[in-house]
Amino acid sequence: MLSSLLATTPRPVAPEPSVQLRGLNHWYGSGSNRRQVIQGVDLTINPGEVVLLTGPSGCGKTTLLTLVGALRQVMEGSVRVFGLELKGSTRGQRQQLRRSIGMIFQGHNLLRCLSAEQNVQMGADLLPDLGYRARRDLAREWLRAVGLEDHLGKLPHDLSGGQKQRVAIARALAAQPRLLLADEPTAALDSRTGREVVDLLKGLARNQDCAVLMVTHDPRILDIADRVVRMEDGQLIDGGDGERLWGAHRLADTGRESAEG
Amino acid sequence: MSGFWQRCRIPLAWLLLTRQPARLAVALAGIAFAGILMFMQLGFRDGLFDASVTVHKLFDADLVLMSPRTMSSIGMAGFPRRRLVQVLADPAVRGTTPVHWNLMLWRNPETRRTRSILTIGFEPGDPLFSDPSLAAKAHVLNQQGRVLFDERSRPEFGPIASWFRQGRTVETEVAGKRVRVAGLVALGPSFGADGNMLTSRETFLRLMPNTPPGSIELGLIRLRNGSDPLQVAERLRQMLPDDVSVYTKQGFEEFEKNYWRSSTAIGFIFTLGAAMGFIVGCVIVYQILYSDVSDHLPEYATLMAMGYRLINLLGVVAREGLLLAVLGYLPAWVAGQGLYALVRSGTKLPVYMNHERSLLVFVLILAMCMGSAAMAMRKLGDADPAEIF
Repeated sequence: MLSSLLATTPRPVAPEPSVQLRGLNHWYGSGSNRRQVIQGVDLTINPGEVVLLTGPSGCGKTTLLTLVGALRQVMEGSVRVFGLELKGSTRGQRQQLRRSIGMIFQGHNLLRCLSAEQNVQMGADLLPDLGYRARRDLAREWLRAVGLEDHLGKLPHDLSGGQKQRVAIARALAAQPRLLLADEPTAALDSRTGREVVDLLKGLARNQDCAVLMVTHDPRILDIADRVVRMEDGQLIDGGDGERLWGAHRLADTGRESAEG
Repeated sequence: MSGFWQRCRIPLAWLLLTRQPARLAVALAGIAFAGILMFMQLGFRDGLFDASVTVHKLFDADLVLMSPRTMSSIGMAGFPRRRLVQVLADPAVRGTTPVHWNLMLWRNPETRRTRSILTIGFEPGDPLFSDPSLAAKAHVLNQQGRVLFDERSRPEFGPIASWFRQGRTVETEVAGKRVRVAGLVALGPSFGADGNMLTSRETFLRLMPNTPPGSIELGLIRLRNGSDPLQVAERLRQMLPDDVSVYTKQGFEEFEKNYWRSSTAIGFIFTLGAAMGFIVGCVIVYQILYSDVSDHLPEYATLMAMGYRLINLLGVVAREGLLLAVLGYLPAWVAGQGLYALVRSGTKLPVYMNHERSLLVFVLILAMCMGSAAMAMRKLGDADPAEIF
């Protein structure tokens, strides 16, 4: 099932990094209230790479996701996504870019008036050159892939928190993204479903060269990562481009830290 | 066909509206109320203006001659009758009818009170109204002092029709002279006259002896088949001296309506009433759409984060406005029909649902909903996709 979904539209290997951050700085507030939340971040994520972003609350992880996701204006430094420099980009360019980026939010933000199937179809509707039935079938396939084939017609208020999160994941994946940004995607899921979901994400990365940047505190899923990046006070202290750590022992260490934290 | 399926999307606007049926029902009730208000105000206004030309509409004429000094049907001035003879020189003119027109005092034979009645004098052998049944009755007017009474006149003129049908001889006083009712016609009261009666030209001049000789108030002109009334009217204007004005029949009716429009506050009052309905509707629809957009702001922001353009979301709100307009208009139209029937039976005003008013109210409701949607769309600017992470 999963393999058939992932094989629907194989992506060509991109000749350049999916994400490239250089000297990225970001602030909130102004005047005496101005506070720097991102400090000189350098990070490269290649197609098909799964990068986990960890760190304490308030360290700037979510801000980093929103900057990479073209949801905020870049203040200082460079953010290149699929070769497009976001600093100085137009609203239209960022909007067009977001169609290639799947986003999984901590709050699932499903449309309350739409069924699970329709919510996922909203993601599939962004795909060009697909007819209505094909988009609907694609939505059903993704819902099956996240184990919700029996909940197609249910409205969000009839679903549990975990089920809603899986619908949100299916919605993000139905748009066949080249970059997936996820904020704690397994937080509301039990261990078995969480494992299925991260396997799904990893399969997506491997089979479609989709880069994945995932904020997580869940030590159970660290093994899917190609790289774990640790962030503190707006700086990357582990796993950034200055220090690429691939070893399994570092992953385990980070997992222990997160579990203890 | 494949293009259709590619364009086909989830009906988000419909689903957003119907998710809360109670709120939708309130919105539709509000729009329907505003629509009914507009239908009633515009219906009253047009009905009153239409009532001013009740008799005008019945004339068998393509063109009408009037004195340029005439202001309205309640103040008809005379012009030389020979102008009607002159127009016969035009090859398109088939026939003419000279008409006397004035308000006279009718004495109610039961209460002895007097009331103004519109008196129309003509040659009984000449065509006057399009209704052929009148020609059969007109011959009774050849006898001097005989009149045909309008049975649709207001009851203040007395129980003339019922007495006549009972076979009683109905005689009364008009302009201080005795007349006898020789028959009944059905014309209807107008804005300027509560009742009407028809007489021969001879009887009219007996009742109004001060009428200048050779002077008439209206000249009805009938054209040959295939003639263009506008072209003939233009030719006659060039041919006739300036002591007479030439109108098409429609222009004749508009002339009368314009008098009532400009000389009374009716138009202003009822148009203002319709405008109030429009404003009330705008407020209701704006409240509904604004709260709808506010409620769904995180969801709209999510859609923007997914790559939907702002124009897509504006389209959703616009479609909500369109749906509200159509769904709110239908009950307003049905209720309007019922209320018009009620008004007709209660007031005898010719208030009918016509295509123009149906379309006008729909356009107003559409403008109301789309304008409110446009204002509610400004709230979409608050949807910040960065805030949803």
